[in-house]
Amino acid sequence: MIHFNHVSKTFKRNRVLDDIELNIGLGERIALVGSNGAGKTTLIRCLLGEYTYDGAVTVNGLAPRRERTKVLQKIGFVPQLPPPLKMPVGQLVGFSASLCNSERKRMEDVALRLGLDLSKIARLPFVKLSGGMKQKLLISIAMGRDTNILVMDEPAANLDPDARHIFFELLAERLQNTTMLISSHRLDEVAPLVNRVLELDRGKVVLDDRVADDASLSGKLVCRLTLRRPEEAIAKALSGWGFRDAGNGIEWEGLIAGPDRLRFLGMLSRYVGLLTRISMDETGPGREH
Amino acid sequence: MKHLWLTAKLDIVESLRARWFMIYTLVFGGIVALLFAFGLTESRVLGFIGLSRLLVTYIQLTMAILPIFVLITTVRSVAGDREAGVFEYLLSLPVSLSAWFWGKIIGRYLVVFLPVFAAMAAAAGWAMIKEVEVPWEMFLYYTGLLAAMSWCFLGFGMLISTLARSIDVAQGAAFLVWLTMLLFLDLILLGIMIQGHVSPEAVVAVALVNPLQVFRTAALMLFDPQLVVIGPAAFVIFDYFGGPLFKVYALIYPVVLGTLAATGGFLLFRRGDLP
Repeated sequence: MIHFNHVSKTFKRNRVLDDIELNIGLGERIALVGSNGAGKTTLIRCLLGEYTYDGAVTVNGLAPRRERTKVLQKIGFVPQLPPPLKMPVGQLVGFSASLCNSERKRMEDVALRLGLDLSKIARLPFVKLSGGMKQKLLISIAMGRDTNILVMDEPAANLDPDARHIFFELLAERLQNTTMLISSHRLDEVAPLVNRVLELDRGKVVLDDRVADDASLSGKLVCRLTLRRPEEAIAKALSGWGFRDAGNGIEWEGLIAGPDRLRFLGMLSRYVGLLTRISMDETGPGREH
Repeated sequence: MKHLWLTAKLDIVESLRARWFMIYTLVFGGIVALLFAFGLTESRVLGFIGLSRLLVTYIQLTMAILPIFVLITTVRSVAGDREAGVFEYLLSLPVSLSAWFWGKIIGRYLVVFLPVFAAMAAAAGWAMIKEVEVPWEMFLYYTGLLAAMSWCFLGFGMLISTLARSIDVAQGAAFLVWLTMLLFLDLILLGIMIQGHVSPEAVVAVALVNPLQVFRTAALMLFDPQLVVIGPAAFVIFDYFGGPLFKVYALIYPVVLGTLAATGGFLLFRRGDLP
């Protein structure tokens, strides 16, 4: 589906991509990881036809640079840093829907599922939205259309836990017919979402590994915690994750999205001395607990 | 075609919300307001009828301000958008590069030209209400000159924006282009002639190539084509070409120049890295 054939990219004398040879098939979910300057963004920009390069990139046999409208029609992109657009939200959605031959209603519906009511913010300049709202809107534009490739740069970084769960559900709905390329500088942020990990270092692929993807994207975990004593800091953090106090600030209960378990445990590790018991039980998607 | 107009509309909306546009509109609206406050009064005192003097003064001021304004705002916003990641995102959408580039130019052109024209049209409208004679031939020709001048410098702006990868470099280059044209205006050409370093033919050729000088000559020629008013190089040009031929040249040449610059910009844009 996506083929990088000996792709190299040099800026002045700095070789940012070095002879990348890569095949990505339909339905693969790839974590593109690496430190800053490893070449992740450059690789993505080559795929989007935004950079010139040596070698060849093809998407379903088409070159993104030469046949950009055909190729980009099938690629949804969520950047890490939202662009500082001054145009109103309504116009951005209308513009994107029109270019992508989609209906703005589809994008609005995705936004609504993520907890963003576009009718209320249609006149607001995009640049004035909060980080989370911008991220939700860009995800809505990328997913509210017919694409079979999703390219996302730290897509869930600014989302609250509820929106993250819905985002994972949206990804789960597309598992069979969509290839996903998720870029992050931290593997633990994206590991539960993917079935293949590509690590870049100084422009080269240094790791290309298949990973078990047993964790359901749309599943949830019922989590119960017991603390040694009530503590304001952990109470605030747990409330942020949507947990409820089940007994004097000592017993806590809440739901964690399946792919978020590692991230959640990472947060808990900061308070490990306070924890006396922790349990996590899987529930199926859509099942009542 | 649909993508071209969508991009043009997008650029118009972005520009209308930008601070530079507000300042730009205020400057040209303010010039007309000020000229009205003083110009018409003066006309009555001196016994002039009509808006000729106001229009000439307006176009002279516009010639001084508009090129640098268009150059700087264009390169700032285009290079700024590229630096801030606007290109990275919007060019990940399925829009063709030609629709994007030319759509941006068309949108920007309307935003740049309309306030300047609107200010002049408002002056004509106000004069009609006050029953002051409006020199329509002059009004129409100056409209054409403003349209040609806006297009010319917008073309240069887009070319510089494509060549320069950062706001600072783009701004510096735009300023340098404007300064070079300014240095080759009639007064400096006169100095060169006096010193005798350059042949008069070469000086006239430079005056014909410099779009700023072409606008200046054309604008003044319509008002008062005397040597003391239009300057030596312009006077030689006027003498050689004659009024009507030069008037046509002054409209066509900047449009061709702007189109060539914009086309050069587009070809470079299409060949290089986009964001």
